[in-house]
Amino acid sequence: MTTFVVDGKSFTCKPDDNLLQACLHAGWDLPYFCWHPALGSVGACRQCAVKQYASEDDKVGRLAMACMTPVSEGARYSITDPVATAFRASVIEWLMVNHPHDCPVCEEGGECHLQDMTVMTGHAYRRYRFTKRTHRNQDLGPFIKHEMNRCIACYRCVRFYRDYAGGRDLDVFAAHDHVYFGRYADGILENEFSGNLVEICPTGVFTDKTFSRHYVRKWDMRGAPSICVHCGLGCNTITNEREGKLRRIVNRYNGSVNGYFLCDRGRFGYGFVNGTDRIHAPLARGDDGRQGAISSDDAIRRFAALLRSSSRVVGIGSPRASLESNFALRALVGAENFYLGVSARESHLLRLLVGILDSGAVHTPSLREAQQADAVLILGSDLPNTAPRAALAVRQAVRRAGFTLAAAAKIPHWQDTAVRNLAGDARSPLFVATLVATRLDDIARIALRAAPADIARLGFAVAAILDPDAPAVSDLPTDLAAQAATIAGALLAAEQPLVISGIETGDESVVQASVNVALALRASGKSGALMLNVPECNSLGLALMANGHGGLEVALAQPAALVIALENDIYRRAEATVIEAALASSYLVALDHSEGPTTRRADLVLPATSFAECGGTLVSSEGRAQRFYQPIFSKNDVSESWRWLGAAGWAAGRKVCENWSTLDNMVVALAAALPRFARLPDVAPPASFRVVGSRIASQPRRFSGRTAMNAAHSVRDPKPPVSTDSPFSTTMEGYHGKVPSALFPLFWAPAWNSVQSINKFQAEIDGALEGGDPGIRLLEARTDAVLPYYTNIPEGFVPRSDMWFAFVFPRVFGDDEQSARAASIRERMAGATLALNGEDAAHIGVVSGQSVACEIGGEQLCLTLEIHPEMPHGLAGIAGLATVAHALPTLVRITPTGSDVS
Amino acid sequence: MLSVLITLWYTFLHLFHRKVTVSYPDEMPYLAPRYRGRIVLTRDPDGEERCVSCYLCAVACPVDCISLQKAEEAGRWYPEFFRINFSRCIFCGFCEEACPTYAIQLTPDFEMSEYNRQNLVYEKQDLLISGTGKYPDYSFYRVSGLAIPGKDKGEAELEREAIDTRSLLP
Repeated sequence: MTTFVVDGKSFTCKPDDNLLQACLHAGWDLPYFCWHPALGSVGACRQCAVKQYASEDDKVGRLAMACMTPVSEGARYSITDPVATAFRASVIEWLMVNHPHDCPVCEEGGECHLQDMTVMTGHAYRRYRFTKRTHRNQDLGPFIKHEMNRCIACYRCVRFYRDYAGGRDLDVFAAHDHVYFGRYADGILENEFSGNLVEICPTGVFTDKTFSRHYVRKWDMRGAPSICVHCGLGCNTITNEREGKLRRIVNRYNGSVNGYFLCDRGRFGYGFVNGTDRIHAPLARGDDGRQGAISSDDAIRRFAALLRSSSRVVGIGSPRASLESNFALRALVGAENFYLGVSARESHLLRLLVGILDSGAVHTPSLREAQQADAVLILGSDLPNTAPRAALAVRQAVRRAGFTLAAAAKIPHWQDTAVRNLAGDARSPLFVATLVATRLDDIARIALRAAPADIARLGFAVAAILDPDAPAVSDLPTDLAAQAATIAGALLAAEQPLVISGIETGDESVVQASVNVALALRASGKSGALMLNVPECNSLGLALMANGHGGLEVALAQPAALVIALENDIYRRAEATVIEAALASSYLVALDHSEGPTTRRADLVLPATSFAECGGTLVSSEGRAQRFYQPIFSKNDVSESWRWLGAAGWAAGRKVCENWSTLDNMVVALAAALPRFARLPDVAPPASFRVVGSRIASQPRRFSGRTAMNAAHSVRDPKPPVSTDSPFSTTMEGYHGKVPSALFPLFWAPAWNSVQSINKFQAEIDGALEGGDPGIRLLEARTDAVLPYYTNIPEGFVPRSDMWFAFVFPRVFGDDEQSARAASIRERMAGATLALNGEDAAHIGVVSGQSVACEIGGEQLCLTLEIHPEMPHGLAGIAGLATVAHALPTLVRITPTGSDVS
Repeated sequence: MLSVLITLWYTFLHLFHRKVTVSYPDEMPYLAPRYRGRIVLTRDPDGEERCVSCYLCAVACPVDCISLQKAEEAGRWYPEFFRINFSRCIFCGFCEEACPTYAIQLTPDFEMSEYNRQNLVYEKQDLLISGTGKYPDYSFYRVSGLAIPGKDKGEAELEREAIDTRSLLP
């Protein structure tokens, strides 16, 4: 630790910190703009000026920019020095010269870093009386609103978008005080991390367009810590509610998982919560065959009668429902009748995954660890489309080589421009072996396109080179062998190599190959970190709970009197004909939050909560169990699935449901029933948790309109709801201040109204939150664990001239079921297409844009052809058709439309 | 004894003072324009709604009796609904002080008694008047940097013409 003195007081910081970081960590309020903990320092805005003294005798000192100053042992600084204070005030006055008179009509107002800093420096009166420069705005698509007049030219947006996230279409234009941050021409911001511009921009140039549609100020919304439900990574979010509507999603810092950033699917995919297709009341099929609304009591009575009378009850779990809801169903129907609500192929892969992770032989790294890897091998996973936040972590991992060079040249890691200049094209090795081109290819040392079998063979070959004990691949083509050697060499030379794969290719050999590489690395003394992607927010939790159980097809194979589908559209998981045949003589009870094919088919529909109306626990692909809480307290019959199941079970006389009254009871019951989840109660404090005798306030102190919000219905103030499942009060009453890290309903600190207030909640800047990052890892690697190498190496892929190997061509927008209901995401979704190599297309006799026919999963499809020259021969990528994804990969015949499909 | 007489004497003298009491409602008292009575929403000199739905009145309100929702049309912000629960209002005038656009103003009208409390909930159509109130000239959008129909970028007060980003000229 380094000791330094600010205004006569001693503080300590890490030796490689810059002075700004050190001062903020020490609790000083020092204004800044261009610095960001994740982006480093460039010293552009001159806002963080402090006095630096040469020695104890130096009484004059000199001005230094804190963000560009390394802290040396015993150094003396002053923040409150009149010269430094005046300098900072002048800087902000210059920055404000052209700033428009917009705060009342700016979405950033009230949580604006520029407002905070202006107040902090004391610049309260505009002396500038002359004209202001103005800019025209651009239409940047459905997510981001652009208002260039407000720009203070801190360059944070382009530094994030281009340098950090690898975007190409946002840049800085023009010169001197005309600089313009935008696209070359109007158009959608292409990068899947564009939403972070909202939080990165210190003022209101980039704001959230979806939020603007139902805008309210930051202080007017109830907040709840939540977990993103749109992929398996488990990014931490804060959900904001007002008047029963989910208003927006913002990032919730978790040093081990998502850090400062979210992807656009997670940030803008919340629209389904407010959707028009929500189910608000129980529905039962009447004698006329139509569904009609019934009361909750009636629904519970009917459900209980069904439970009592049915001989065999089958429970279909859900990878997007909480652990508690899945457990409730499992307990109600019995473990032997509980099935994973996923396709046969996926359940097989999830079982394989659980076996691998259970063995303890591989380490599942957190995203922060992934970010620190110095060599990355991706087998089969199109990360930017399937697990975007992980792709952003990989993008940072590639910079490791640059940081190593900088460290050798004694350049601190936060000297952003210097590090980037020195690094040049030096990148840590990244190898991407996928079926289609990915948005990580631009930084990959080798970007290989191959069929899953060949990707697996490459992985097996790499493992065999790393460890001679691993099974070797026979007759590998020479080019693949050479690439395998390169990859193996790079992984071996790295200190923290990382292997990334997942189940999205639908091929077990790809996963097995990645395990072999991780095991071989472990055998050569590395950590053997292996990141395995899963498709949905609780896929891994469900798989861990229901290990050994079959998928949907097994569930439907035997006749059952009653089928309970938990928060799951089963028509996305199996062929419709199979489902119809199986359900012909069964009664279907569906619990879900939105209308879909399954609820339309169901005989009894119970309105379940979305993630914003209930609490629960999800397990991310890292194996991290994380709790989410509800910001919305619904007034209608919507209830948690486990509550519906418990009420019906209790009414049917099931003793097991006796104590299912609160979330905590569910968690305790789950932990007691399944030893794997024994630590679940420790994930977050229980509902009885109090700080100085109070619940934690979920609304900010300045929450407005309490006595007018509901006055249109009744002038009498309603009693606020009481949360039985969380330690939050539902109002502004309660404790405001520092709470356990899993329980932040918002980030706010005195004088810090913007998201930058996160600095006040971190144990160290850019590190873990105070009290540790939230979540508990359920799966840890053990040093004594043994997992034998997989030996079933597949044959190389041989293209056929009559059939194509059809696979899911992943898309970041649309593949996820829930976010695809959001209006803004729908605007970014493209139509269904079939991707082919150009020569293959010529062989069939079709050109790009023409439509082709094929049959997948019993459905005749007519798709628009897209030519992807990089795709291997014999492969056909099916994009934008999540409903048939369960049938992929498979061999299909492709014909130009109009001709017969055989 | 003497003090009682003195008191009676002063009371007697009041018979000859000017009357302060007025016979309301037959006779209306004079109330200054700054009087803090019934709240109204005003319009700008062009006749458009002045309220830009910034929520500052709502947050300034000590009894939280103002509730509104922002909506937007062609760049112009306006309240989708604007509700004041006058059964809670304490007529402190903080909302008027907080308002950056002179939209919300308190008027010298206090005759708001109702038999039914629900009738004291005023919606936007009850609050919005057709005039500018106490501030006849101010129009927020003439000074704000937002472009609205009829006022493009660079056309507000003290603004230069919008930058041509393709030009490198100073």
